[in-house]
Amino acid sequence: MALPMSRASVNGTDHALPADPRRTLLDWLREDLGLTGTKKGCDHGQCGACTVLVDGRRINSCLSLAQLHDGDTIETIESIGSADNLSPLQKAFVTHDGFQCGYCTPGQICSAKAMMQELSEGWASAVSDDVTAAPDITREELRERMSGNLCRCGAYSNIIAALEEVLADAASERADA
Amino acid sequence: MSRTDTVTYDSPDTRNLLDHTRQGVIGKPLDRPEGPLKVSGSATYSAEWKFDDCAEGVLVLATIAQGTVQRLHKQRVLDMPGVLAVLADEAMTRRSTQGTAGEAPVQGVHTVDYFAQPIALVVAETFEQARDAALALEVDYVESKSPIALDPESPDAEVEDPDNSETVEGGDLEKAMHDAAFAIDVEYRTPGHASAAMEPHATIAQWHGDRLELHGSYQMLAYNVKEIADCLSIDPEKVRIIAPYVGGGFGSKLGITHEAVAAAIAARQLKRPVRVVMSRQQVFETVMRRSETRQRVRLASDASGKLIGLGHEALVSNLPDEEFAEPVTQATEFLYGGENRLLKVEVARISRMTAGSVRAPGEAVGMQVLEAAMDELAEAVDIDPVELRKRNLPAKVPVEGTAYSSRMLVEALDQGAEAFGWDQRRPRPCQTREGDWWIGMGMASAARVNMLVPAEARVTLKADGAALVETDQTDIGTGSYAILGQIAGEMLGLPIDRVNVVLGDTSLPAGAGSGGSFGAISTGSAVMRACEAIRTTLSEALGCDTDALDLKDGTATSGDLSQSLSDLLGGNDIVETGKIEPGKTAEDFSQASYGAFFAEVAVHAFTGETRVRRMTGAFGFGRVLNAKTARSQCLGGMVWGIGSALTEELAFDLRDGHLVNHDLAEYHVPVHADVPAIEVILLEERDAAASPLQAKGVGELGICGAAGAITNAIYNACGARLRNFPMTLDKVIPHLPDPFAEVA
Repeated sequence: MALPMSRASVNGTDHALPADPRRTLLDWLREDLGLTGTKKGCDHGQCGACTVLVDGRRINSCLSLAQLHDGDTIETIESIGSADNLSPLQKAFVTHDGFQCGYCTPGQICSAKAMMQELSEGWASAVSDDVTAAPDITREELRERMSGNLCRCGAYSNIIAALEEVLADAASERADA
Repeated sequence: MSRTDTVTYDSPDTRNLLDHTRQGVIGKPLDRPEGPLKVSGSATYSAEWKFDDCAEGVLVLATIAQGTVQRLHKQRVLDMPGVLAVLADEAMTRRSTQGTAGEAPVQGVHTVDYFAQPIALVVAETFEQARDAALALEVDYVESKSPIALDPESPDAEVEDPDNSETVEGGDLEKAMHDAAFAIDVEYRTPGHASAAMEPHATIAQWHGDRLELHGSYQMLAYNVKEIADCLSIDPEKVRIIAPYVGGGFGSKLGITHEAVAAAIAARQLKRPVRVVMSRQQVFETVMRRSETRQRVRLASDASGKLIGLGHEALVSNLPDEEFAEPVTQATEFLYGGENRLLKVEVARISRMTAGSVRAPGEAVGMQVLEAAMDELAEAVDIDPVELRKRNLPAKVPVEGTAYSSRMLVEALDQGAEAFGWDQRRPRPCQTREGDWWIGMGMASAARVNMLVPAEARVTLKADGAALVETDQTDIGTGSYAILGQIAGEMLGLPIDRVNVVLGDTSLPAGAGSGGSFGAISTGSAVMRACEAIRTTLSEALGCDTDALDLKDGTATSGDLSQSLSDLLGGNDIVETGKIEPGKTAEDFSQASYGAFFAEVAVHAFTGETRVRRMTGAFGFGRVLNAKTARSQCLGGMVWGIGSALTEELAFDLRDGHLVNHDLAEYHVPVHADVPAIEVILLEERDAAASPLQAKGVGELGICGAAGAITNAIYNACGARLRNFPMTLDKVIPHLPDPFAEVA
């Protein structure tokens, strides 16, 4: 049974975690909290459609039991921007047609948000030539870092184009600042 | 003068109305109108509708391939917490329906036709309870005493001529092969493929008295209504399906699927809504597969490379008594010349899940093999592969003599080659080495048949001058919301934000559905016709000929006459339903979309790993309705081509018939890292025979031949001529040249 104090913050709101220890973080978000923007594509950590941010890091929410998140801060696609108030990342997905059916899309966007944070923190990837240097933001790096998020419609190159635009805008903002 | 068209499309509509309208939204690369909903997670997919008191069902699958279910040990499961029912109703389906079936598939879950066939549904209060109970259900089976083959190439497999394709025979192929200056006679194999749409199949069923309502994930709602009604022996009028957003289909959601029928039966018994969502593994195991193929291609050419004979014979498979057989030779019939020909498909009857349509049935695997064989001929003749294709484009379809409606293949070959830099290719293999990588280039033609199918759509021009488009057409990522709005906006002279498109509800007129690349042109033509009728009414109100009516930005103009639509409408709506059905144009013309693929690959000199470095595709498919969504369709198809060439393969255990790689960890669809920069060139074309829109299908074109270009590039890179897809490392390594040898 869940401890009486088992609670997590989801998109800024405090919630009691579910009683059934079998309930995954993904099913808790979708079924109990009604946050269906997070998608179930495989339930086995193979597709990335269920990607959410836990304490700022991206995880596959299907691979994590809800009760393990006592005290955690969870962000889902719903916290990134709503349909009438899209974030720059979401807007770029629309402009570059970085999706077709849309089912993998919230996961791609959550993953991309965390991936950009990882880049800014200097994380290396499997394709980084020098794992101690600040990563070059090349297409190869972006593709490698987004490869946990499958898109069967094949919108990959449009997604990379969207990410490049957002990263370029962020870089020019930093240069202006 | 207004055209008095019948519903059927019997003669090409050469008026080309959309080039004479003034709004200027048709063809533009507009964003998808539903985009903001999708990127914010607020588009509602099938499993996400909320209903009070909804129970959860989980399917139970067979653990034998052939036999009968003797006993389900229900009681132990019924005693588990939250469990409401264990159903094994004979109305439940054991095979999948084909697209446009409009009737029930094979029902009855006591008989087992293939490994992992559905045999029962367990329903409980929560998903976790239902899943645990489904896993706990013990089943006694009696295995079949006379099982059929598990392997299509087994000598025990019964082989038949299929019902859905006719052998094409002309002249004397044997003699042509004998007389040929160059003759290629090769055998290729392609494995089974899975659609693997990102959204697993899901249905929420509920009954309102004798009326069934389904929220589900399907591609062709008007047909799906008939299929589930037939399964349940109820009147199709009593069924409503709602599916505004569908998370991909690629053929797997053409027909009604197991979870829908099971959910409806459970909901009727329990008198409450029931949701059944298939697991990813269940989707792989029970829904639909593309058949594996064995293909013999014979090419007989004269000294210049001109084909005098062409043979394409395929062995595919399906369960016994299924009509569908992968139409492997579909594009071979019309693509190249060679009057001496034999095109034939045979189907082996085996025990595997139902074979059916996976994106571009026929061409997806037929074209990649034909185009690989053409590369072998180009090498034998010693001419450029592009030139070989251009030398073999017939004036009329061989044997049949049918005229082509339009064909942009030469333009696609030329423009694609130029954009790609094909002239940089070195014709012999093993000529370019970068470090540990062999570099090579390959190309292939693209071709996919065009189909117009029955469709209806309702358009309302509202009194305030805004338009509403309504049809049960689905948008499975194809861009239906975008293009149907653009057609209405163009025809009625409205900015796109004045057009609202409502889809995916069978209470609306029946659109074409999404499949076979026919959704856009069929339902789009219905929208166009509804708009034509509205234009006639508007011209009468304005007092001008319909042909003299200009509509732009909500204003109707003709000569000196000019009125805003809202004034002209005088407070009234105009409602029209447009219809179209295929007619004589479908028989009078060979209609297809065409294109060309160019690929550059790197093959690792030691490991045999292939990386696609870049691809270019040039495509001609009539009028481009939305340059952004059409481009994305082409891109997506080419990504499928990468998967088909390098990684995708259903692997069956031939001892017990089970699918070994039944999920996305083991069945390898391309990921970000597998997909390079892809260039797409859209060639503008008008094809009046294809549709009043002058448009043809594009949803599948991008896959039809793409894997052939990659295969040919592998040969050009390292000299490995492989005839067994996918081109995995283990197959490449034995053919690699000495990695330490000097590059010639």
